[in-house]
Order: sequence, then structure tokens, then C-alpha cells
Amino acid sequence: MMAAVPANYGLLLAAALFILGLAGVLVRRNVIFILLSIEIMVNASGLAFVVGGSRWRQPDGQLMFIFILAMAAVEVSLGLALVLQLYHHLKSLDIDRASSMRG
Amino acid sequence: MGVTFYISAAVAVAATFAVITRYNAVHALLYLIVSLLAVSLVFFTLGAPFVAALEAIIYAGAIMVLFIFVIMILNLGPQAARLERAWLKPGMWLGPSALALILAGELAYIIVSGGGRGSAGEAVVGARQVGIALFGPYLIGVELASMLLLAGLVGAYHLGRRCEGNGGPAGSGRSGGQAP
Repeated sequence: MMAAVPANYGLLLAAALFILGLAGVLVRRNVIFILLSIEIMVNASGLAFVVGGSRWRQPDGQLMFIFILAMAAVEVSLGLALVLQLYHHLKSLDIDRASSMRG
Repeated sequence: MGVTFYISAAVAVAATFAVITRYNAVHALLYLIVSLLAVSLVFFTLGAPFVAALEAIIYAGAIMVLFIFVIMILNLGPQAARLERAWLKPGMWLGPSALALILAGELAYIIVSGGGRGSAGEAVVGARQVGIALFGPYLIGVELASMLLLAGLVGAYHLGRRCEGNGGPAGSGRSGGQAP
């Protein structure tokens, strides 16, 4: 690992991105922004896997990222279908208006 | 290769911060695409070129296109043209363009300085090793991912079909939605 990057900094970047995504989920009230923030968090955790795989020079981290990618694709397609459904029902993207369940 | 990592990490954090502070969803999407491309460059500098390509193709390409579709569907209306004009003001695309230019400069630097292989001594775990491991010890994971994708396909079809408003379930849901 000559001029290469220490794994600490990669993990630090992943943590920073994850915290930013978490702050986005907590702060924003728009459903689309919440989905975007969840994407940021998923991506940051995948970055942590790749950093680990690069640290030990094994392909396992990249494999985990591929699985995370498949999971993120499914999550986004279902989440956006739910967003369309929500907008269809509530005529709004405010997550607080969807605070009550109907049996 | 080290400085490339630091610059793209800074671009990623800056673009992600811009994502969660935008008011307009399309602006946030622009910044998120830049952030994903920056993370893709980080993957490349970490010696994972296959995953870097996947990040650029699937995340910044396919998944973001889904978001753009939904945002454009929800924005349909008489004020769409006015919004479109407002979105194309120079202040809107200058930020993402500047960050993307930084990434393009880094990419040119990597290519000119030897394609990232052996220039900094970073061990590259290429697509060959990933593929061998993916269809060797991780084969059950591939099967589970295919089942997950099938479940997602069925679920998205179901939700999207009900969304078209075929009377029954959508109508009853709307009456419930007006209650609060």
C-alpha cells in the first residue's frame, strides 16, 4: 500500500455520506427526498464494503456491493411505486399527511 | 492515486450535502448523480474497477432514471413549462456542472497517468476475480438476489396497476386519504 489511501479515510468517507443521508431522512418531509436520502445511506454502506474488500484485497467486498445494488434497485422500484400510490391518494408528497392508518 | 481519492471524496461529500439541502427534487437529483459518479471514482481509486462501472451504470444510470420518471410524472400540469424554464436558469446547473468537471479532470488525469493500473501500486481486484467468486462460493447469493428481483417485479407491477385507478381499491383508498 504505497501511495494508496489508508482504509481509515475510506471508512471516514462512508461514515460522512451515511450521516448526511441520515440527516436527510430526519430533516426532510418530502417522500422523494427521503427516498433519495435512503439511497445515499445504502450507497455509503456499500462503499464501506468495498473499502473493506480493497483493504484485504479480496473480491468479497465487491460481491456484497453487487448484492446491495440489487437490493437498492428493488427497494427503489417498490418505493417509487408506493410514492405514486401515496400521491394518488393524498395529492401531496408530505410524509406527515400519511401518518394515520386505515384498517 | 491518493490525491484523486481525496478530491473525489470531497466532491462526493459536497454533492451529497447539496442533495439534502435542495428545495427542488430535480436539482437534488442532479447533485445525487454527481455524488454517485464521485463515489464511482472513489471505487476506481480503491482498486475496484468492476464495481465502479456498476455504480456508474446501474446507480447513476438506471436507478436515477427511475427517480426522474417519477418526478416528471408527478410534475405534470399546466405549470410544468414554467417550472422547466425556472430549472434551466444558469444558477441551477452551474453547481453540478462544476463538480462534474472536477470529476472529469480527475478521470482524464487517471487515464493519462497510466490507466490506474500499477501507477500507485494499488492492488486491483478486477472483474475476473469478482466473477469467479460470484458464481463460486456466492452462488446461493445470486439465486437469492434473483428471487428478490422477482419479488420486486411482482410488487411493483401490483402497486403500479392499482395506481392506474381502476375503480375499486384506489377509490376506497382515496376516501380514506381525505380523512386526516
